[in-house]
Amino acid sequence: MARAAIPGRLTWRVGKLAEARAETPTARTLVLDVPGWPGHLAGQHVDVRLTAEDGYSTQRSYSIASSADGERVELTIQAVPDGEVSPYLVQTFSPGDPVELRGPVGGWFVWRTSGMDPVLLIAGGSGIVPLMAMIRARRAAGSRVPFRLIYSVRTPDDVYYADELRRRVRDDAGLDVTFVYTRAVPDGWPHPPRRVGVADVNTNGWPPALTPDCYVCGPTAFVETVADILVALGHDPRRVRTERFGPTGG
Amino acid sequence: MGIVSPGFQGRPRSSGPELPPGQYLTEDFPVLSAGPTPRVPMDRWEFVITTETSREHRWTWAELMALPSETPTVDLHCVTKWSKLGTTWQGVSLDTLMSDVDTAADYAFVHSYGGYTTNLPLADLLDGQAWVAYKFDGDDLAPAHGGPARLLVPHLYLWKSAKWVRGIQLRFDDEPGFWETAGYHDYGDPWREQRYQGD
Amino acid sequence: MSDPHLDGNALAGPLRDVFAVDVTAATSRCASCGQVGAVAALHVYASAPGLVARCPGCEEVVLRMVRTPDAAWLDLRGAVSLRIPM
Repeated sequence: MARAAIPGRLTWRVGKLAEARAETPTARTLVLDVPGWPGHLAGQHVDVRLTAEDGYSTQRSYSIASSADGERVELTIQAVPDGEVSPYLVQTFSPGDPVELRGPVGGWFVWRTSGMDPVLLIAGGSGIVPLMAMIRARRAAGSRVPFRLIYSVRTPDDVYYADELRRRVRDDAGLDVTFVYTRAVPDGWPHPPRRVGVADVNTNGWPPALTPDCYVCGPTAFVETVADILVALGHDPRRVRTERFGPTGG
Repeated sequence: MGIVSPGFQGRPRSSGPELPPGQYLTEDFPVLSAGPTPRVPMDRWEFVITTETSREHRWTWAELMALPSETPTVDLHCVTKWSKLGTTWQGVSLDTLMSDVDTAADYAFVHSYGGYTTNLPLADLLDGQAWVAYKFDGDDLAPAHGGPARLLVPHLYLWKSAKWVRGIQLRFDDEPGFWETAGYHDYGDPWREQRYQGD
Repeated sequence: MSDPHLDGNALAGPLRDVFAVDVTAATSRCASCGQVGAVAALHVYASAPGLVARCPGCEEVVLRMVRTPDAAWLDLRGAVSLRIPM
């Protein structure tokens, strides 16, 4: 369908899968080449549209995992049981295949590399994706802004970017990462599985007096619980930005 | 049409001559909602028909349960393109509820707990075409699907079958409801594919 | 706990189809209760015949959007005003 391009309005672009990397047994990072990609800010997302041969189509939103890098856009997709789109993207979508994207979109849940205040990132499950883009953008820009990440997952096998996070904690000065395991803990972990609580945010976050920018992302219930904790601890609600991924978080 | 995604099939679906144009058959029962699920205490639940002269006819839950009910088997057609055939319900026919209502009005404005509204001609609620339904598939109607009671008007797109129905206002004019004021059709006949204003 | 819903970040793509600027970073004032906040923080119910964005304070509808084949209907009667950063 030809439609006059209105300057400024977004239209759907076609990207191609260049390569894919497994993050966990059920999650995969897609490396897409998107001709004409205008670049993006860390925290933004894309809408992905799939169309079947009979014309049926459906869309989902996915956070961009990578920092801006020319025409390359990385998405990390979690295969949701009984999902319609994610199983296709994780299991079927193959290098060379095309995919339609609209983006980048979202101007509120973003971290700009010109930011100067400390940053607190709190991720629930697949909510790590846009926050990882922020961590990667920080490094790419040579920023020294102190970052703390609290990353809540069910089990150690569910961690995305595990090796990269280890390497960055070692090499990207000023990044701290704390894991919270809700269903199964690694051997030798000092306490049993539990959900993120006030103590985790208090101990491993930033004190409100430092006026950090806080970003919370994950399933709706997780985001609401954690945002309430941040506000209860005294963080300015205007400095707490949230992105809800819906009930399953993926 | 967008570019085809190689190997993508999507939810199991089929189309067929027994379906209205543009619809796909589903075995699920998707939940679509414009807001939080209202929770109404049963001791405060009521259904009210208000005539054009402001005369009110009210039923409490107990009174609704005491009315003769029917068990229609109907096909559902949602404007988002899924259809579900042969669904079984239990509810009170609008013919029963309207039997003592004196009105010269032509239109019905339906309103629900939680604020949802929709509109349709009064004639489309009568003659065995509509029910206040409280059981689906033999069980109490789940809140996500409009429980404790919803309107069921299966010959129109499913957005006219207002979930969590609270009352009907009879009017001389056709007042557009929640989706009708946002671009959806005032009547909504799936067989004429009347999805949007102007169709 | 409120029902599963998304937030106004989910409006970014659909609104960008229509407007040349990002509207999720705008602040809106709820016409029902007066609460002011980012459009991105609205409670969004997206599994519907259209998008419905509600005030996180009072849950009244602030914004609705429906896409038809040849138009986008945007109903903003639930917002007194939108302040869009330029």
